[in-house]
Amino acid sequence: MGRITLEQVRKAFGPTEVIPPLDLEIDDGEFVVFVGPSGCGKSTLLRLIAGLEHISSGQIQIDGKDTTRLPPAKRGLAMVFQSYALYPHMSVRKNIAFPMRMAGIDAAEQTRRVEAAAKVLNLSDYLDRRPGQLSGGQRQRVAFGRAIVREPAAFLFDEPLSNLDAALRVGMRMEISELHKRLKTTMIYVTHDQVEAMTMADKIVVLQAGRIEQVGSPLELYNRPRNLFVAGFIGSPKMNLIAGAEAAKHGAATIGIRPEHIAVGEGEGEGLWTGKVGVSEHLGSDTFLHIHETGLAETITVRASGEMAIHHGDTVRLAPDMAKLHRFDGQGLRMSELQKH
Amino acid sequence: MARAVSTRRKVTLTAVAWTIGLLIFFPILWTILTSFKPEAQAIADPPIFFSFDWTLENYAVVQERSDYMRYLWNSVFLSIGSTVLGLMIAVPAAWSMAFVPTKRTKDVLLWMLSTKMLPAVGVLYPIRLILIETGLLDTRGALIFILMMINLPIIIWMLYTYFKEIPREILEAARMDGASLRSEILYVLTPMALPGIASTALLNVILAWNEAFWTLTLTTVDAAPLTAFIASYSSPEGLFYAKLSAASTMAIAPILILGWFSQKQLVRGLTFGAVK
Repeated sequence: MGRITLEQVRKAFGPTEVIPPLDLEIDDGEFVVFVGPSGCGKSTLLRLIAGLEHISSGQIQIDGKDTTRLPPAKRGLAMVFQSYALYPHMSVRKNIAFPMRMAGIDAAEQTRRVEAAAKVLNLSDYLDRRPGQLSGGQRQRVAFGRAIVREPAAFLFDEPLSNLDAALRVGMRMEISELHKRLKTTMIYVTHDQVEAMTMADKIVVLQAGRIEQVGSPLELYNRPRNLFVAGFIGSPKMNLIAGAEAAKHGAATIGIRPEHIAVGEGEGEGLWTGKVGVSEHLGSDTFLHIHETGLAETITVRASGEMAIHHGDTVRLAPDMAKLHRFDGQGLRMSELQKH
Repeated sequence: MARAVSTRRKVTLTAVAWTIGLLIFFPILWTILTSFKPEAQAIADPPIFFSFDWTLENYAVVQERSDYMRYLWNSVFLSIGSTVLGLMIAVPAAWSMAFVPTKRTKDVLLWMLSTKMLPAVGVLYPIRLILIETGLLDTRGALIFILMMINLPIIIWMLYTYFKEIPREILEAARMDGASLRSEILYVLTPMALPGIASTALLNVILAWNEAFWTLTLTTVDAAPLTAFIASYSSPEGLFYAKLSAASTMAIAPILILGWFSQKQLVRGLTFGAVK
């Protein structure tokens, strides 16, 4: 079991409140991702759940039990750190066995579980090495192994992939998702990378300045961002946010349209806006165009197909898909769809 | 061409280094050589380097006249005792400063260091009087305590620097893995900090061994270590250079040998944190 409930959890460091009172419900078996820009309090929130930091007020329950005052060791959670935090003086085998040694599990069972975990994580050949003799990806796997053998109520991941190179990161991302499918244990994963959040999460918690901006499934966040911050944060490249007269036409203070929801045509013809191509980024599969001189204050980013032969300075027509338009009011909150005309 | 220049540079540098090294070592070498000379040749002018009548007589006389082993035992007792006592206080102190720092931690560290700047002689009389009043003058216990207090700031500073190098996340990982504070200290922090603790202990043993001001002023017979042994051969007895040298050689030999074998540890200990 691994149901975690935060009730009015607040954290202040001296006079600075880093997390204002916050409520959050994490269901058993869920893969929850805390995402937000650096300094938004996502790691602090994770450390509060882990017990590595004391909460200033409120309550944290794990499986209905109040764990607010319990030390980390007694909460039944396992954590994987950004720096891996392996014990450098112990072999891989001893690293993985350490939590069991602390729990007083007998040696035969320790060996059995270490070997089972090593097999799952492709570490069988490295059990007698020291962490210093392993590559980044292998070290990360050892850290996973150490977490798995505890059979915890929930796994906590603190930006576990940010020290790995891009290619390895994609691979490990899938491995973690696989692991979650197999173990069906609650996982809380902290990242600043919204791609990781979108690809792995059952539920995303978007944080800014210690506040929860929105909680929802990846597609909910993508399709119905609750406010301007979530709209701008989720999705890559960023959603185009347009204020001023153009937004007023739609009865909103700001309108948003994702780069993938704008059709591009060359030369004159139909289209809402026309503009000149500035920078174009060719990714092969897609081309991202940054369009200026549309008569709007903002530069518009558009996703076009990879084959599109468009050059700097070309004039293009832009036709946003009106059904995919997002409207926000003066406070930056999402306006209901009903008001759309 | 470039290669030739760099070779010449290397030779010059090596020669300079050896010259400086020998200059520094010369007084010790001279002491050792003198300890093997007959008294008459020890004061010869011009000095004799090697072509003197080698003799062990000085050592025999020194051993006969004063109980070397007693002084040696006191030195060992004082240096190791003060080190062990110092570590017992410094490890928890450095620990809390490195891992649970407060706003005042930096101030406390600087304040401790500032106590090393006080001229020792300034507190000589108060301390001496206290020891006389309490009947602790010339006792090993009192001297261990004083030597420990003198070196405590250095031990704490060194350990603090070592502990600082240990990533906090590793200790947190241990906590998450179910380790109690005791297990965390015993199985994770101590093994990781062991090289640091060892160099700190070694340096402190050497500092305590060589300490002369307090050991000379607060001891007479019972607690007198090797520093007092050397001193007893200096002033009042006139020109017994050879015997003084023999006594000095006997006093510095143990620490010289210890230092030689632990060079690597010492250099690491003294430069730790400086190069990173």
